[in-house]
Amino acid sequence: MKTCLVVDDSAVIRKVARRILEGLSFQISEAEDGAQAMDMCRQRMPDAILLDWTMPVMDGFDVLRALRALPLGKAPKVVFCTTENDIAQITRAMHAGADEYVMKPFDAEILISKFHQVGLN
Amino acid sequence: MTESEFAWLCAFLRRRSGLALSAQKRYLAEGRLGAVCRRHALPDLCTLVHRLMAGDRRLETATVAAMMTNETLFFRDSYPFASIRDLVLPTLQSARRAERVLRIWCAAASSGQEPYSIAMLIDEVRPILPGWRFEILATDICDDMVERGRTGLYSQFEVQRGLPTRLLLKHFTRDGERWRLSERIRQLVTFRTHNLLEPCQHLGQFDLILCRNILIYLDRPTRGTVLDALHRQMRPDGFLMLGATETAQGVSDLFEADPNRRGLHRSSIAGARAVRGETVMRPAALSSAPLRARPSVPGSAPRPPLRLVTRTTANG
Repeated sequence: MKTCLVVDDSAVIRKVARRILEGLSFQISEAEDGAQAMDMCRQRMPDAILLDWTMPVMDGFDVLRALRALPLGKAPKVVFCTTENDIAQITRAMHAGADEYVMKPFDAEILISKFHQVGLN
Repeated sequence: MTESEFAWLCAFLRRRSGLALSAQKRYLAEGRLGAVCRRHALPDLCTLVHRLMAGDRRLETATVAAMMTNETLFFRDSYPFASIRDLVLPTLQSARRAERVLRIWCAAASSGQEPYSIAMLIDEVRPILPGWRFEILATDICDDMVERGRTGLYSQFEVQRGLPTRLLLKHFTRDGERWRLSERIRQLVTFRTHNLLEPCQHLGQFDLILCRNILIYLDRPTRGTVLDALHRQMRPDGFLMLGATETAQGVSDLFEADPNRRGLHRSSIAGARAVRGETVMRPAALSSAPLRARPSVPGSAPRPPLRLVTRTTANG
C-alpha cells in the first residue's frame, strides 16, 4: 500500500486530506509541523507528502530543503499546499524540490488530479 | 411550460444545436432556462418559449448557449494529449515535412482550455520543428465561451484543474485574482464562433481535429451528420480525437478507431474512397481492417516518438 504523510498545522486540513487521499488507497500518517514531519521521514520515508507551506517550528520550505538533502534511494513526491497563489512563492517551492502545488482550500477533484499529475494514481 | 411547448423547445434545440433533449432531462431545461428568464426579465418559461417561437434571435442565442455543457479543463483526461504527443505529432512531422504546416481544429473548444493545452504541447516541440507553422482553430457554438477563450484569463480554480504547475509558471502571469496566459501561447490559437451543424468548408482542412464530449449530447443521425462534416475537413491522412466515451463506430463508416489509442480515429477505407469521390459501400468487413494495414495512409507506420519534455522538477 502506498503511503502518504500529510503535514499541516491545521487538524481540519489534515482530516480533509486524509479522507480524500484514503480514497486513493494511500495509507495516511500525519504530522502537525515540519520538525515532526522530518522525524517521521527519517524513520520511514513515505511515497508522497502533502506539505503545508506555513507551519510553526519548521515551515514547508525548510522541510523541502532538508528532505531533498537526504541521501534517498527513492525521493517522495511532494505536493505542497498554501493559502497564497503568489508566483514567487510557487516558484521558490518548485525550485526547492516540490513536484506540484495546490492552493487551499482544495476539493477532492483538484487534490486527486494533483496526485495523478505526479504519477501517484 | 406545457407538454407541447416542451416538445417545441426540444425540436428547436435539436434543429439549432443538435442537442437531443429527452423528457427525462426536462428538469435540466427548466433549471438552465430559468436562469435565462431571470437574466432577460421574462416571467416564466412559457414566455421564453413563445418568444423563441416568434423568432427572437437574441433569446435563441441565449437559450442554445444555456443548454450547452461547457465543462472543460486543461489537459482533460491526459491520455489524448499523450496520444497526440507520442503518435499524432511524430506521424504528422514525417508526413508534412515538405510543407511544414500543421493545422489543428478544436471543434468544441468551450472556454479554451483544450486548444491552449494543445498549444502548450506544441510549444514543447517547437525547438525540434524549426520553421514549422502551427495553426490551432478553436470554435464553439457559444459566443460567450469564444470570447472567454480569447481573453486567455483563468481563475485559480481553473488553473488548478489539470494544468501542471510547471506549465502554470512557464506560461501564465498573475492578473489580479486571475491568471493570464502568455501571448506566446495565445497567438497559436484563433477563436471563432461556429455551430457544428452549419457548413464548415470555409474553415479549411485540418491534420488533427478534436471533437470531444459533444457527440454524447447529440442524437444518432446528428452524430452522423457531424462526423461526415468533420471527415470532409480532415486531411486524408489526418486524425480525429473524440471523447473518452465516444466512438464513430456504428455511426459513421468514414472513420475507424485506433484500437490502441482511446478516442483516436483515422479515415477508414470507406472514408478514403469517399474523399476520392467513389461510391461508398457498406464497409462492415473493410472497416475491421487494422489501421496499420492501410497503405493509402502515409506515415502510419510506427515511428520513434518525438523527444518531448513533459515535466521537469528540481529533483528530476
